Amino acid sequence: MSPPRTLLDRLWAAHEIVQHADGKSLLWVDRHLVHEGSHHAFSKLKARRAKLAEPDLTFAVVDHYAPTRRQNRIADPQIARMIETLRSNAEEYDIRLFDLDDPEQGIVHVIGPEQGLTLPGLLVNCGDSHTSTHGAFGALAFGIGATEVAHVLATQTIWQTKPASMRIQVEGSLGPGVSAKDIALNWIAQLGSGGAKGHAIEYAGSVIRNLSMEGRMTLCNLSIEGGARMGMIAPDETTASYLKGRVFAPQGSAWDAAVEAWAELRSDHDAEFDTDFRIDGAEIAPTVTWGISPDQALPVTATIPDPASQVNGKAQTVRDALDYMGLSAGRPIEGTPVDQVFVGSCTNGRIEDLRAAAAVLAGRKAKVPGLVSPGSTLVKARAEQEGLDQIFIEAGLDWVASGCSMCVGMNGDLVPPGKRCASSTNRNFRGRQGPGARTHLMSPAMVAAAAVTGTITDVRPLLKGRAA
Amino acid sequence: MAGWTEHTGYAVALPLQNVDTDQLIPARFMSNPRSEGYGRFLLHDLRRDTEGIEHPDFPLNRHQNASVLVTGQNFGCGSSREAAVYALVDAGIQAVIAPSFGDIFAGNAANNGLLPAQVSEKTAAKLIDALGSTSSQIHLQLETGRIDLEELNFAFDLEPSWRTKLINGWDDIDLTLQHLPDIARHKERQIRDHSWAWPKAGQGQ
Ligand code: SF4
Repeated sequence: MSPPRTLLDRLWAAHEIVQHADGKSLLWVDRHLVHEGSHHAFSKLKARRAKLAEPDLTFAVVDHYAPTRRQNRIADPQIARMIETLRSNAEEYDIRLFDLDDPEQGIVHVIGPEQGLTLPGLLVNCGDSHTSTHGAFGALAFGIGATEVAHVLATQTIWQTKPASMRIQVEGSLGPGVSAKDIALNWIAQLGSGGAKGHAIEYAGSVIRNLSMEGRMTLCNLSIEGGARMGMIAPDETTASYLKGRVFAPQGSAWDAAVEAWAELRSDHDAEFDTDFRIDGAEIAPTVTWGISPDQALPVTATIPDPASQVNGKAQTVRDALDYMGLSAGRPIEGTPVDQVFVGSCTNGRIEDLRAAAAVLAGRKAKVPGLVSPGSTLVKARAEQEGLDQIFIEAGLDWVASGCSMCVGMNGDLVPPGKRCASSTNRNFRGRQGPGARTHLMSPAMVAAAAVTGTITDVRPLLKGRAA
Repeated sequence: MAGWTEHTGYAVALPLQNVDTDQLIPARFMSNPRSEGYGRFLLHDLRRDTEGIEHPDFPLNRHQNASVLVTGQNFGCGSSREAAVYALVDAGIQAVIAPSFGDIFAGNAANNGLLPAQVSEKTAAKLIDALGSTSSQIHLQLETGRIDLEELNFAFDLEPSWRTKLINGWDDIDLTLQHLPDIARHKERQIRDHSWAWPKAGQGQ
C-alpha cells in the first residue's frame, strides 16, 4: 500500500518533470498569466532572443495600471506606456490579451477563474504574489518573480522546491456578518505574517466546505499574507458547478474526463501535515487591521494594543505601527473615524463581495466618499443587472470600472497622505494605497458599515432584519 | 549575471521587522525601465520625507557605501515584485542578512546575484547590536557560509541551489534547456492522459 498522500503531494507529483539533486523540481506550468508588470520578463526573453514556448497556455490582462474612469484619456504617460508595452508584447508573441475595452477584462485573479482558465489539478503561475487565489479550485498556484516569469515564458516550466504542508481546519459555522476575509485575518493574526512561511496551506473543515467559490478564493488569496507560498482547497461539487460552461472550461466528454480526474484531488484522511492548525468558526468575529502588517488585526470589538504590554521585543513594532496609523493604544478600534472607503481588488471584488457590501448600504447614505471597483468587467455587468450599482451610487459612492485600482494605486487611484481608508483589499503596508495612506483591511460588508457611519463599525447590528 | 564566491564590504543595520517589498520599492516607481537604474528608489519613502529630503539618520543615508544590510525577520515579505531586488542590487547591496525572508523575495534575490543570508534571530540581534548606528567591515563567503564582522564569526543558511546559482551566476533557462526532451515527454503524456487540461478542451475550436 502506498503511504497516505496530501492534495499537495498529488498535485506536485502530477507536474514534476524531473527532480534535481539539490531538491528542486522542474514543474510543468498549465496556465501562465501575465500583466503590465511582466515587462521586465518580456525584456529578458527578448535579450535572449528566445521564443515564447506555449502561446496557447499564456494569457495577458491589463489590470494593475487599468484606469477606472475609462472614458478619460490616460493622462500619465508612464501608465499609458505600461499598457502599450503589454499590448505590443501580446501582439508580438501572439498571446490572448484581455485589454481595457474587452468585456471580459478584469483583475488577473478574478478573470482566471471567471473564464474557466483556472481548473482543479492545474499549475497556475503569474508574476503576482496573490496567484495563491487560484488554489481555491484545487490547483497548484503560486506567484513568481520576473526572472521566473521569463523562465516560464521560455520553457513553460518552473523550478521550485516543494513546500512543507500545512492544514488549517475551520470547523463549526460562522456567525452572521462573518466571511472568508475574517477567517483569513483571524488565522494570520494568530500565526503572524510569517507564520506559514515555506508552506502550502490546505484549508479544510466544515466551514470551508460551506464557503462559495468566491469565499474560497478570498481565503486562498490571503494565504500569502501569512507567509504561505500557496493556499488550496480540494475541489468538490461547488467547484465543478462554478466552472461548468465557463468560456475556457472543458466541454462534452472532456468535461466528463475532467470531473473524473478531479475526484482524485484530495488529501487522504490519514495524510499527515507538517503543521496542523484548527479554528472554531464560531469564535471568529468581524475582523479589522489596526497596523501596517496584515497580522496586526483584531476583532472589531477589541481595543487597540498597548506597546507597553507587548512581549518578545514587539513593543517597538507596535509603537511604529500606531505612530504611522495615528492611533492611540488602549482605545476601542470601533469608532475610529475613516476618511474614505474602497471596495474592490482580487481579494474582495467579486459579485458576492459587492452583494455583501450592497446589502449593508441599501437605503442608506455613506458619510464618507468612496470607490467601488468591481474585480472584472463581467462582475460589473452582473452587478448592474442586479441593480447593485444603483445602491452604491445612491449611497454616494463612486461606481467605476474594473482594475487593481486603490489596492495598489498604480493607476493613480490613491488615498491621500495621512488619510484613513476602510478597504476590502489585502495589504495595509505603509504607503500601499499611496504615500502616507492609512489602510484598515476588512471584509466588504465591514467596509460598507464604515461608509454608513464614517467610522470603523461592527457590521452585525446593521445587518439586523436584512438578508446579508 | 556574474557569479561570486566572497564579498568584503561595509554592513549597516536596519533594525526593522517585516520590511515588505512595498517599502523596498513603492509601486509608483515600477513603470521605469531597468536601464535607468533602480537604486535611487530603494526604501524611498522610509529614507526621505514627503518633500524628498533624505532623513539624515536613516542607516542607508548615513552610510551610502554600505553593501550588506543586516535586518529583522520576514524581510521582503509581500508582493512578488522583483523590482525590490533590482532596487537593492542597483544601490550596490550584495547581501541581506536576516532571520527570515519572504519566500518569493529570496528566490528573486538568488536570481539576481543578491545573497539572502539567513541567520538565527539571536545572531541577527547580535550583529545589529554590534553595528549599532555605525557601519563596519564585513566579509562573506558563499562556499563556507561564513560571516565575519570584526571579531564576530557566524554561519548563515542558504538553499543549496541558490548557493550554486550565486557562485556560478547561472541562468535557470540554460539549465532547463538541457531538459527539453523530458519536458516534451511530459507534455505528450499530458495531452494523452489529461487533454481536458488544455484551454477550451472538447470545444472543437
Ligand atoms: S488587486 Fe491588488 S493584490 Fe490583487 S493583483 Fe491587483 S494589485 Fe495585486
